[in-house]
Amino acid sequence: MKYFTRLATGLIMAGLLGGAAGAKTLVFCSEGSPEGFDPAPYTSGTTHDASAKAIYNRLVEFAPGTTNVVPGLAESWEVSADGKEYTFHLRKGVKFHTTDFFTPTRDFNADDVVFSFNRQAKADDPWNKYIEGITYEYYSGMELNVVIKDVVKVDDNTVKFVLSRAEAPFLADLAMAFASIGSKEYADGLMAAGKAADFNNAPIGTGPFQFVAYQKDAVIRYKANADYWGGKPKIDDLVFAITTDAAVRVQKLKAGECNIMPYPTPADIAGLKSDTNLQVLEQAGLNVAYLAYNAAVAPFDNPKVRKALNMAINKQAIIDAVFQGTGQVAKNPIPPTMWSYNDAVKDDPYDPEAAKKMLEEAGVKDLSMKIWAMPVQRPYMPNAQRTAELIQADFAKIGVKVEIVSYEWGEYLKKSTELKRDGAVILGWTGDNGDPDNFLGVLLGCAGAVDGGSNRAHWCNKDFEDLIQKAKVTADQAERTKLYEQAQVVFKEQAPWATLDHSTVFMPMGKNVTGYVMDPLGLHDFSTVDITE
Amino acid sequence: MFRFILGKLAYLVPTFIGITIVAFGFVRVLPGDPVLLMAGERGLPPERYKELLAQLGFDKPIWQQYLGFLGRLLHGDFGISLVTKKPVLSEFFTLFPATLELAISAMILATLVGLPLGIFAAIRRGSWFDQISMTGALVGFSMPIFWWGLLLIIFFSGILGWTPVSGRISLVYYFPSVTGFMLIDSLLSGQKGAFASALSHMILPTIVLATIPMAVIARQARSAMLEVLGEDYVRTARAKGLSPLRVVGLHALRNALIPVVTTIGLQVGTLMGGAILTESIFSWPGIGKAMVDSISRRDYPSVQGGLMIIAGIVMVVNLIVDLLYGLINPRIRHR
Repeated sequence: MKYFTRLATGLIMAGLLGGAAGAKTLVFCSEGSPEGFDPAPYTSGTTHDASAKAIYNRLVEFAPGTTNVVPGLAESWEVSADGKEYTFHLRKGVKFHTTDFFTPTRDFNADDVVFSFNRQAKADDPWNKYIEGITYEYYSGMELNVVIKDVVKVDDNTVKFVLSRAEAPFLADLAMAFASIGSKEYADGLMAAGKAADFNNAPIGTGPFQFVAYQKDAVIRYKANADYWGGKPKIDDLVFAITTDAAVRVQKLKAGECNIMPYPTPADIAGLKSDTNLQVLEQAGLNVAYLAYNAAVAPFDNPKVRKALNMAINKQAIIDAVFQGTGQVAKNPIPPTMWSYNDAVKDDPYDPEAAKKMLEEAGVKDLSMKIWAMPVQRPYMPNAQRTAELIQADFAKIGVKVEIVSYEWGEYLKKSTELKRDGAVILGWTGDNGDPDNFLGVLLGCAGAVDGGSNRAHWCNKDFEDLIQKAKVTADQAERTKLYEQAQVVFKEQAPWATLDHSTVFMPMGKNVTGYVMDPLGLHDFSTVDITE
Repeated sequence: MFRFILGKLAYLVPTFIGITIVAFGFVRVLPGDPVLLMAGERGLPPERYKELLAQLGFDKPIWQQYLGFLGRLLHGDFGISLVTKKPVLSEFFTLFPATLELAISAMILATLVGLPLGIFAAIRRGSWFDQISMTGALVGFSMPIFWWGLLLIIFFSGILGWTPVSGRISLVYYFPSVTGFMLIDSLLSGQKGAFASALSHMILPTIVLATIPMAVIARQARSAMLEVLGEDYVRTARAKGLSPLRVVGLHALRNALIPVVTTIGLQVGTLMGGAILTESIFSWPGIGKAMVDSISRRDYPSVQGGLMIIAGIVMVVNLIVDLLYGLINPRIRHR
């Protein structure tokens, strides 16, 4: 019944808005349906666009267009000398959304922060399992289940996080979608009414847009939050028109049925750019695609062999053929837009002759190996099969025989972590929080070099590990930068991967859309967007 | 009659069990599992992986999982979607009207065009009309749906701008869903232009979904008509001096229609298959598209629950048809 009341109110509102002259509506042709509207239990960008970015705020935020952490719901903070205590001073006068299903009686305060973290941290919290089968994979994925010892309310406007160890990426973690702050008052009311699941269906936040309605698999409607602490958004209504097929999204954009779309296929870029009604923004993606050798298995345990193979790959040819030029060759395991990127590192030159010689020197003859090609498209790799074929041809030139293998995606992800895996695997990574540790630690650290771990090269190097471990507990960013720069040098010498590419991310939109800022972390934020008539 | 109904009902039991096995087994035969897909590139520590599998009950022996599924099913519990964490049954019926609306309109179009096409082709056998329409039917029958849909979108929506690209109604209209059928709801909303908008959004998906059934119906109607036209009673009717219209309309058509009607019934299955692709192209929020999403995410409860509901609907419809046959034709009842 409530559903209908909500819709009916929405109907009246829509009527009013339709009547109001000059109401600005932005239509975003989104790529899929959100799994829900509570950002914490989900890990997909599609869900976080629809929930965290539009509806919620975090204690700290990434400044638009960067991965720099800036104040959000916390105006300021202090870190203790040992790096184990973070004290946040909360912004005053921040209002939660007033909708037809919830009217807040108080402003945002420390209780909301404690609630938002405890429900993810504590198995005995009543909100930990408010829906059957719910888990908080990002919270534990970022190791906050180990790092955060306690979240303490000091007073209404002050919250203290007590950590079990110094953790340099901690602030960046708090700016991520899963750390969004929800309303405790709303949650308590739902729990008392026996409608806890509505926390995931009818979200209340403090963000730039408030939720109006979701028609499953079709449309999500939001309206601007007039009381937004960051200033009311310039558009009045925000609509997500769910359109899963990329080619259809392009047609919708061209026909004016939407104003902006994500994830065009590389093949469509040229056509979109030549359309005079459209503009195409682009940005280097915060990602990397790599070919990870299995350093736990001979002869790939020999850095010389890995290095020789790296020199045999014509990476520019891959960029041209697979990305149609819309990407750049990678030389480091982190993308150039990330702080601490070491531009002084020299990439292995493409030199089949030298590669052949180097292999001989390493005593490797008649090498035959497998290359794993992913069965799916990913933002960092539009066509792994084709890439594998190009590498196969490159390796043939130095006398290395390659068999290309593939598995179903879930199997691929799992089997590729096996220590005794046969072959080098094509895979990649998109950054979560802009911190170098999120690449170097997760993908190349010793902790991940186990069965089931995320270090697919199974490469555990003491020099490298010491550097990244030290950087992880160092608070000073300049010092961390130095450590990570050194780590990249070690990485290049050791060559556990062939670094393949960093892709370019495109965002086509109508010419009349202004103020859109691309997010390096790949989410979509419409709080700064305007439409000119 | 009572025994007949009872006999028919008894048949449902083994059918039901068979379907549960297929629905349950189908997604599990596919490699990969929902936990792995959720973890993505990051992967999961083996302990955590086992923990999550256990939490979802996927660590139990397969027969135990199956019996659990069967037991819950008998209590009307179709499970909870792993992705949205909502009951499968309510999710299904939120989306079902969209699929039904499209299927009905496609069936109407396929019949309205396919039937006369086939009949006239039979009457004018060998003529240019026959040649062209039957070539058209052959092309339609072999049409790759995805390509065809995209082609229509690019031409009619992109180049000519006559029809909307995708969706069920223009986004400027927003009203409560009463029946779930957009054509009806748009009328009920009383908003000016809503019905026209809903109708215009149906044109291309209806054409795409109707293409294959239309071709099948046209071919079936033609051959059935040809067969009947060769029968003695048609020759007699002609010999009596009846007008060609009466011969065809009254004597031939009625008899030719019987196999055609059966064919139209059988096309419901084709429609369900076509709906998967059609809905995906046109961003049509129906069960076809939802099933594809569920399969690719290995959302076991949604896939098996969805299959059970679809199978259940087909079973009930078949039962009704069987009983009706029995009523109409006593020979079937007593066999």
